[in-house]
Order: sequence, then structure tokens, then C-alpha cells
Amino acid sequence: MNKRSFLERFALVPHAVWSILFIVAPLIFIIYFAFTDRNGNFTFANVTSLSNYANIFGLSVAFALIATVICLLVGYPLAFFISRLKPSKQKIMILLLMLPMWISLLIRTYSLMTLLDNGGLLNSLLNAVGFRNVQIVGTAGAVILGMVYDFLPYMVLPIYTSMSKLDIRYFEAAEDLGCNGWKTLRRVVLPLTVPGIISGITMVFVPSISTFYISQKLGGGSFDLIGDTIERQFMNKSYNVGAAISLVMMILILISVAVMNKFADDDKGGQLIV
Amino acid sequence: MKVLSKIYMVIVFALLYAPIIVLVLFSFNEKGSLNQFTSFSFYWYKELFRDATALTALKNSLYLAVASSVLATVIGTLAAFGINRLRSKYIKTAVRSVTNIPMMNPDIVTGVSMMLLFVFAASMPFLPIKFGFVTMLIAHTTFNIPYVILSVLPRFAQMDKHLTEAALDLGCTPAGSFFRVELPFVLPGIVSGLMLGFTLSLDDFVISHFVSSPDFQTLPLYVYTQTAHKVKFSMYALCALMVFAILVLMLLVNFADSFSVGKAKVKRKNKTKTEVKENG
Repeated sequence: MNKRSFLERFALVPHAVWSILFIVAPLIFIIYFAFTDRNGNFTFANVTSLSNYANIFGLSVAFALIATVICLLVGYPLAFFISRLKPSKQKIMILLLMLPMWISLLIRTYSLMTLLDNGGLLNSLLNAVGFRNVQIVGTAGAVILGMVYDFLPYMVLPIYTSMSKLDIRYFEAAEDLGCNGWKTLRRVVLPLTVPGIISGITMVFVPSISTFYISQKLGGGSFDLIGDTIERQFMNKSYNVGAAISLVMMILILISVAVMNKFADDDKGGQLIV
Repeated sequence: MKVLSKIYMVIVFALLYAPIIVLVLFSFNEKGSLNQFTSFSFYWYKELFRDATALTALKNSLYLAVASSVLATVIGTLAAFGINRLRSKYIKTAVRSVTNIPMMNPDIVTGVSMMLLFVFAASMPFLPIKFGFVTMLIAHTTFNIPYVILSVLPRFAQMDKHLTEAALDLGCTPAGSFFRVELPFVLPGIVSGLMLGFTLSLDDFVISHFVSSPDFQTLPLYVYTQTAHKVKFSMYALCALMVFAILVLMLLVNFADSFSVGKAKVKRKNKTKTEVKENG
């Protein structure tokens, strides 16, 4: 077929136009707004003013990192145990894991908040057995718990996917060659599931560092994260500073994802990507 | 070990479901209380259905989800067809990378970047854009397109090229062969892309938050404004209803095609990553 048909030539056009208008142009506007003032004059003021937000960045990175590590520690064994079940049971467990993912994040966070709140069920249960009220909502722990609770399935699923691809004969070979259960896990399962771990980490870290609903609800207003700051700037129509913060966050995320992917690839013979 | 692993799974799943179960349970609580279940009633559900704003939000959500998923499916399917036929590897990589941007970026960045675009467009005298249905439709279509492409593209790639050639040999025009040979073959991918887009659109809060206006509220936005200050019990009823709807939807999808659509959310993201790697 030498001549390309009309359809072949133009099938990509709507998508190309759409992408340029609504994916590329908006990103250019972030850069444009980040380097201009209210009247559209070029300025570095927004970017230099970011030093005021250094603790917010630090706090967000810390919260997101802690949440990601907890998700990994809780999620990895869970993925492992699920992958060792009978196939029919695996299917049910994965379905159970996916169901919360499809329930709106707002609802999940809100339900967690009402459960932990001062007049909530948890505290009344504690009262019933003779303990005093525990103030949970409004603490750093509550915000991190919210992130873990909301994003745990995003950690488990990719790890489970790479585990379910493992050949069962690897385990047998490791056993034959004298590995005990722990050693098999450390020297066979863990290295082979690195891609799953990496994508799990990305899928938990990125939404955690950019969230604002979780910190608003479970932080009780006492924690300002990057997401909250961006949201407030944009809602107050202070687009320029908001754009500068978004730009920095985007670059931060791109770099961390790139570094992580590099780690993942080093295991497989070290090609550099992104 | 086996017992321990079972106990572990039970505990994690119990914690994962406890808040949702409590929320659903207490939505049937007659007295508006969170720590004492007095008696079973549908009071808050009745209250919810008296709330005209909630019903409008539901209607808006459905309109938007249908419109954006259909539009994204048309654009995305054509794009997948085009990408599959691209000969230059570089152009292919470039197109795929741009397509994946909305999936890799945090939602808040996608949201604010579109907001800036619309703010800029609204400031132009010849582009009278108003925040509302149109901006929401554009935003939702934009984040749905990559998911449609990723559902449809593998089907195009799987297809035997000889089928198209045979169709042309037998007298089909290229357009005829697209509609009579290619489209039927990729239909399962199109359907799962459409359903994925529909659910993603219904579910989206963050991006909508930045491109909506108070006169066009969707269900998640309504939940957001209602939960901003005081706990409102009819919200529990609404949340419980949404949980039930998702439960039914997931069971249906699961019966229809052994959960490939549901898993897609994660799988797609994984896939993009590996593809980016392979291409890089």
C-alpha cells in the first residue's frame, strides 16, 4: 500500500490539535504565569518568593515520604500473601482491593475523618472501655494515616501484578539450592518485583505530595502542604505565585520519578531514561 | 505461616473497609449521631432527595460523564488508529509522550494549568469563555483521551494487517475497511475505554475543582462544598449511595469481562511507564 488513505493521514489530527491546545498550551501557561506579574511583565519575583514556602515544601515531602514508606511496608507483604493464594481467591482479594480505589477519595477521606473525630465512633469506643478521648484529627499522624489509607491500594496492585508474573519454579529452584523462606524472599522475590515497587512508590508519592483534601480534613487546618498552598493561591486568584509553586512541584516530581526509574533500571543493566 | 498471612490480610482489609462500612451503616441512623446507633431509618435519604442542588449535581455529573467519555472515545480511537499507522518511530514516541502527560502529572497541576489557560482565554476579547460546562467538558475529555488511547491502541497493534489488505483487495474503500473491518476488531478496547472514561469523569474532583463555576456543580464538587464546614448527615446518605452504585457497577463489569476494565486504572499507568522505558 503506497498511497496513504485520507483517513490514515487525518486520523491523528483531532488528537494532535486537542493535545496542543489543552495539554501543551496549559503547561506553557504555567511557565508564563510563573515568570510574569499581575500585569504580564516579566519578573523573577514569584520564583524568589518561593523561599517563604520552604518549610511547606519540606513538610509535604516529609509527609509524602513517610506515607509512601508505610504503604510499602504494609503493602508489600499484603501483595505477597495475595499472590500466594489460589487463583480464584486471588481474584476476589484483588476485587476487594480495587473497590476502595473506585470510591471517591473525598468519601474515603471524609469517612475516615468521621471515624477518628472527637465525637466519632473510635473515641466513643475508647470511652466505653474506660479510656479518655484521644485527639487524632488535627495531628500530623492523622494526615499521614489518611494518605496511607487512601493510597495503599495503589501500592499493592502494581506489586501484586509483578509478583503474579513470577514463575513458581523460581521458588522451587531457590529452595533446591538451599534458600530458606526469608532468603528466597530477599534474594529472589524482592529483586524481581522492583518494577512493581517503583511504580507503586510513584503512584503513592505523587498523589500524597499534591493532596489538599486530606490535609484539610484530617489536618484540621493546622497543616499546610504544597497542595493546600497551590489551591489557596488559585482560589484567591493569585495565579502567578500559584503557578510558580506548581512549576517547582512538577519539576520536583519529574526529578524524583526520573531518579527512581534510574534505580530500577540499574538492576536490569543500567539504561538511562526520562 | 499460612495462618499468620491470613490474619494479616484480614486485619489490613478490615482497616481498609472499616471507615466505609461505618459511614454506610450510620447513614441509616435515625438520630443524626456518629457514635450511637439509635434506630434504622431512611430519614437522611429522604432528606437527600428533597435537596434540589444534590439532584442537579447528579444530573450534571451524568451529562458531563457521558459527553466527555463519548468525545474522548471518538478522538482517542481515531488517534490510536493514526498512531498505529505512523511510520516514524520518533513521531510515535513524541505523540505517546505528550499523550501521557495528563496521566503522569499530579491532578492538581493538570487542574491549575487548565485553569490558567481558561483564565487567559477569558481575558481575550474575542474568546468569550465562561467557566462552567464547556471548561469542564474540555478538561474531562483531556484527561480521558489517554485512557481511551491506551485501551484501544493494543487492539490495533494486535490486528493482522492482512485483514485490511484483504478488505481493500475485495473492493472496500479505505474508509469502508476502517468501519467494517478495523472498528469491529477493536470494539472491545473502545468499550473498555469508554467505560473507563465514564467512571473517571464521574469520580474526578481535583481537576474539576479548578475549572468549574458555582453554577455548574458535579457530585464530587457538591460533596466537597457540603463537607467543607459542618458534618451533614444527608451527605452520609449520598456517599453511601455512591458506594452502592460503584459496588453494583464493579460487579457488572466483573461479570461482563473478567475485571480487565477495573484493573485498567493501575495497569495503564504501569504500562505507560514500561513503554516510556522501552522507548527511552
